[in-house]
Amino acid sequence: MKKGNTVFFKNKPRISGYAAICGSKEKVGVIGGYADITLDDDMYEESTFEKAECKMLTNAIALAIEKGGFKETDIDVLISGDLLNQIISASFSARDYDFPFVGVYSACSTMSESMMLAAMMVNAGYVNRAVAATGSHFASAERQYRYPLEQGTTRPPQSQWTVTGAGGCVITNAKEGVKITSATMGRVCDLGVTDVNNMGAAMAPAAADTIMRHFRDTDTTPDDYDMILTGDLGALGSRIVKDLTWEKGYDIADRHVDCGEIIYKVIEDEFQGGSGAGCSAVVLNSYVLSKMSSGLYKRILFAATGALLSTVSSGQGESIPCISHAVELEY
Amino acid sequence: MTGRASKNRNENYLTYVKTQDPPTKHFKNCLSAFGVGGLICCIGQFIRFMLEYAGLAGDELAGCTSMILIFLGTLLTGFGVYDRIGRHAGAGSIVPITGFANSVASPAIEFKTEGWIYGMAAKMFTVAGAIIVFGVFSGVLVGLIYLFI
Repeated sequence: MKKGNTVFFKNKPRISGYAAICGSKEKVGVIGGYADITLDDDMYEESTFEKAECKMLTNAIALAIEKGGFKETDIDVLISGDLLNQIISASFSARDYDFPFVGVYSACSTMSESMMLAAMMVNAGYVNRAVAATGSHFASAERQYRYPLEQGTTRPPQSQWTVTGAGGCVITNAKEGVKITSATMGRVCDLGVTDVNNMGAAMAPAAADTIMRHFRDTDTTPDDYDMILTGDLGALGSRIVKDLTWEKGYDIADRHVDCGEIIYKVIEDEFQGGSGAGCSAVVLNSYVLSKMSSGLYKRILFAATGALLSTVSSGQGESIPCISHAVELEY
Repeated sequence: MTGRASKNRNENYLTYVKTQDPPTKHFKNCLSAFGVGGLICCIGQFIRFMLEYAGLAGDELAGCTSMILIFLGTLLTGFGVYDRIGRHAGAGSIVPITGFANSVASPAIEFKTEGWIYGMAAKMFTVAGAIIVFGVFSGVLVGLIYLFI
């Protein structure tokens, strides 16, 4: 069933297993205590950061499958993506598995996009068990989007810190667990922000747009949710998204939580908080889903946001188009 | 939405974003840049005095001082210290010759994983290339001005 841009899942796909791996900096944060594996060394015993990112993602997928009580042969499809050019981490992780792989890309909102697609497939009955996963690595993202790691440059106060981590969940047609009740497909929003260091301001309109369309399509208000979780808007973007929704008559201020804002303990070099595909993947697949499974949160709207830019487009002076996909989780 | 309406909306939004932006701490940044930049220059001057004491003079003296500073900049980059200094010092650690050494050494370390020729050697000047081009260009300009006055 569909209303507006929201898809309602009649068969209620469930999240049967989830796992998250995070790096050394995330380990000392609030979320680090809930992650399944925390790394002391961000190289993860590999020779390059790209390989480390790939290994994190591979292990997150394997662990999610294991924690759900499944074997690899039970999985029908893997839906995954990441931030690197040609989504190499996701594709390279998939070569370790025998099940089919569907590669997706929507930058930092890859987690919600892959969950939405997995839920659609499971709800329709095309597959029984699908894995949705994504990850990112600070060092590999920094090298692709910004400067070499050892380059001595100052970071502007609007900047964010790419999360080193990966998370994945198994979405199945089981009868128990956290259910995915609906999903709102994102529209690309571009309000003309060109500053690549100010992702929060660029992405906030996309998040506000998707969240408000979800309220409208589902006939709900912010009060119906225990938590409205955005991906990596950071402190600045969170303020903007609250203002933008408040302006249209939805007051989400007391329920809104941003993954990027809560993932780090001390704001030193991170300024506005965490970002990257791994940010929402780690927070959702560790803290949020474990608290939901224990009944602390009953209903959550998870709307991760992604900035769809490349170094070429920003170099040519293009503004930053952004997207946000939302999935509604209930327990 | 028509072109003009979306342009107005974008302008309104960008004005609003400016009011929310955390301010860049110019005074603090300038102060730490001045302090660290000055310190690097003092170290350079100290090395120069020492070399002069050891008996060097003229071009040899200037060359040796620069070489030692470049070596120190590269060494600190390799140890992962220079980027930490640079994060707080900004221009203070970029402008001296140690900053130039850092901008050559850091991509060399970074792209080593892509091979010695197409990785390290080819991408060594991704950052420093701009400095060299505009450094030479402004050198020519200043030279021309000197020629005519």
